[in-house]
Amino acid sequence: MINRNPQLDENGMLRHLLTTEGLPASILLHILDTAESFVGVTERDVKKIPLLRGKSIFNLFFEPSTRTRTTFEIAAKRLSADVINLNIAVSAQSKGEALLDTVNNLSAMNADMFIVRHAQSGAAHLIAKHVRSDIRVINAGDGSHAHPTQALLDMFTIRRYKRDFRNLRVAIIGDILHSRVARSQIHALTTLGVPELRVIAPKTLLPKMVERLGVHVYHDMTKGLKDIDVLMMLRLQNERMKGANLPSPEEYFKYYGLTPEKLSLARPDAIVMHPGPMNRGVEIDSAVADGKQSVILPQVTFGIAVRMAVMSILAGN
Amino acid sequence: MKIHIKNGRVIDPKHGIDAVQDIFIAKGKIVAIGEAPSEFHASRVIDAQSLIICPGLVDLSVRLREPGLEYKATLESEMGAAVAGGVTSFACPPDTDPPLDEPGLVEMLKHRAKSLNQAHVYPIGALTQGLKGERLTEMAELNDAGCVVFGQPDGLLPNLRVLMQAMRYASTFGFSVWLRPQEISLTSDGVAHDGEVATRLGLPTVPVCAETIALSNIILLAKETGVRVHLCRVSSAEGLSMIRAAKQQGLLMTCDVTINHLHLSDMDIGFFDSNCHMMPPLRASSDRDALRNGLLDGTIDAICSDHAPVDEDAKLLPFGQSEIGTTGVELLLPLTFKWGIEMRLPLLKVLARITSDPAEILGIDAGHLSIGKAADICIFDPESYWKVMPSAILSQGKNTPFLGMELPGKIKYTLVNGHIVYEH
Repeated sequence: MINRNPQLDENGMLRHLLTTEGLPASILLHILDTAESFVGVTERDVKKIPLLRGKSIFNLFFEPSTRTRTTFEIAAKRLSADVINLNIAVSAQSKGEALLDTVNNLSAMNADMFIVRHAQSGAAHLIAKHVRSDIRVINAGDGSHAHPTQALLDMFTIRRYKRDFRNLRVAIIGDILHSRVARSQIHALTTLGVPELRVIAPKTLLPKMVERLGVHVYHDMTKGLKDIDVLMMLRLQNERMKGANLPSPEEYFKYYGLTPEKLSLARPDAIVMHPGPMNRGVEIDSAVADGKQSVILPQVTFGIAVRMAVMSILAGN
Repeated sequence: MKIHIKNGRVIDPKHGIDAVQDIFIAKGKIVAIGEAPSEFHASRVIDAQSLIICPGLVDLSVRLREPGLEYKATLESEMGAAVAGGVTSFACPPDTDPPLDEPGLVEMLKHRAKSLNQAHVYPIGALTQGLKGERLTEMAELNDAGCVVFGQPDGLLPNLRVLMQAMRYASTFGFSVWLRPQEISLTSDGVAHDGEVATRLGLPTVPVCAETIALSNIILLAKETGVRVHLCRVSSAEGLSMIRAAKQQGLLMTCDVTINHLHLSDMDIGFFDSNCHMMPPLRASSDRDALRNGLLDGTIDAICSDHAPVDEDAKLLPFGQSEIGTTGVELLLPLTFKWGIEMRLPLLKVLARITSDPAEILGIDAGHLSIGKAADICIFDPESYWKVMPSAILSQGKNTPFLGMELPGKIKYTLVNGHIVYEH
């Protein structure tokens, strides 16, 4: 029962990126600093640099995704890597091939890196544990467990607008229970020294003992948003809007949707974030999503630089 | 064959014996303990110097995976594993494919098991047809075929009306009903205890109230119907206190715990170790501590292995998709022994939980050393530690969270009906 953090090598260097939990601040900051150097690249006319030339990166998406897969693809191409997209949700898995068989087959095609999305928590850990030792794995979202690159691009965005993590009040709002994004954000924010981190949600959307992760729990937006510097909204999945978790999207919007009125309870210079895709009129009002405090589009842009940084660090640059 | 076991420390919990004594076996039975009978000429002498001789172990849950699931394990492999674990009698749950709901299936299983001449197999009859929770099985017929008790498999309790009638019907014939308390509607896709670990790992959960709500129903129905209930695999401190209270009120009720829940907690899931995917789930360390004490104070009556061999591929999946179950029949003694060492208990008390106590729950004449009775005996070395490795496990299933750990207590000999069926 050796429980060494599987994403670090014996020297404590990043070997895979599976979760933000347990990563030291130095590694998180190194990724953010590296990403800063790539922001310039993405703004140039010629957007390619040869850091990953000749490397094969496989996008292994066992769950449908357009946005995340595309940003990984763009990031890899800007680093001059060869990118192979596999939409496994409709190929091997539907033929009944086991997850690790798929991975082994692709490894035999000389893959250097796998970017994995899977509906089951722990899928990326499983793959990382069983791949050849020279292959790197990036978790692009596993079940309700982790989505570390999303959290890192959020950290990058916060640092851009707020500079220092150590004097911020941050609130994560919405479906914490099912959210891999929320979990990865919480670990990253606490590691980077955010002194006050809140989660705001009805009790049906909060996991048990969530306060053990280092957050203060609020059920009321009016109280929870007071003095907040950063609002991190979460996406509410369609299937959770009606049923045993919530009665209706309308009631959810009324009590937990971010409207200009509720936003006015936070600090006047507060920023509003969302990992996308948004449900306008459910978790967020269009006036806020498109308003001047919104940094939702910059998040997307920074996402490419952050993913470039993660790939180049894992590739040994 | 006449066997003389000499110089060993005999521990027989049922008779309160803990002494260095010789045992003499002839025609499959124990003929003397202590002094040799006159004219006894042993054809085999076992020197048990520094070894412990105890009754063959009784395990309340061993899955043989037959009929129907032979790709996971076979009768041959698992019967061999049982005796390698010192187990000479065990109950096997009805969740085979098809389930043990017809006398023919039960007779076939008994016959196949008997022809191997190893441990005694006691099939648990299905309480409802196809285990679907709708119609009662022919319990009396199944009893004639060899089912001693009746149960539903994990997490499939019938609706309350059917359950009440099944309990009434079983009690008509004096059969006991074995149930694992878990309310299905609170379980759905849950794979882990509802606590900090599942919150961190983003795993769907099985809350403690899934156990306590089912327990409360079972306890009330046991009172209503008067049936003797055995509660399988209790997992929570809260559940345990309900059982304690019911027993204090005089309800005839027994319960068991698995070797896994006695030593592990949800923390052991670590980074999604699918060997820790079991039902009920491993709960908090405070639950584990309560179970360890509940076993000590007698609220829990027996320890079982809940042996469930799983083929390797079925565990090489993300945690939630991996198959439930752990191999364990070969770890029953070492892990029970380990609990005893850690709790500083006398061996008489420790071994009772895997010999005389489970035999009584199962209602069989086993789990003790008595003159004139079958020579079902386990001989082990208490000082020998061994490492749990796939190669050290005879079961076809190598799935256990204890892989890589050193455990105390190595089985040296197992005798069933006076035959040496395992020798190391």
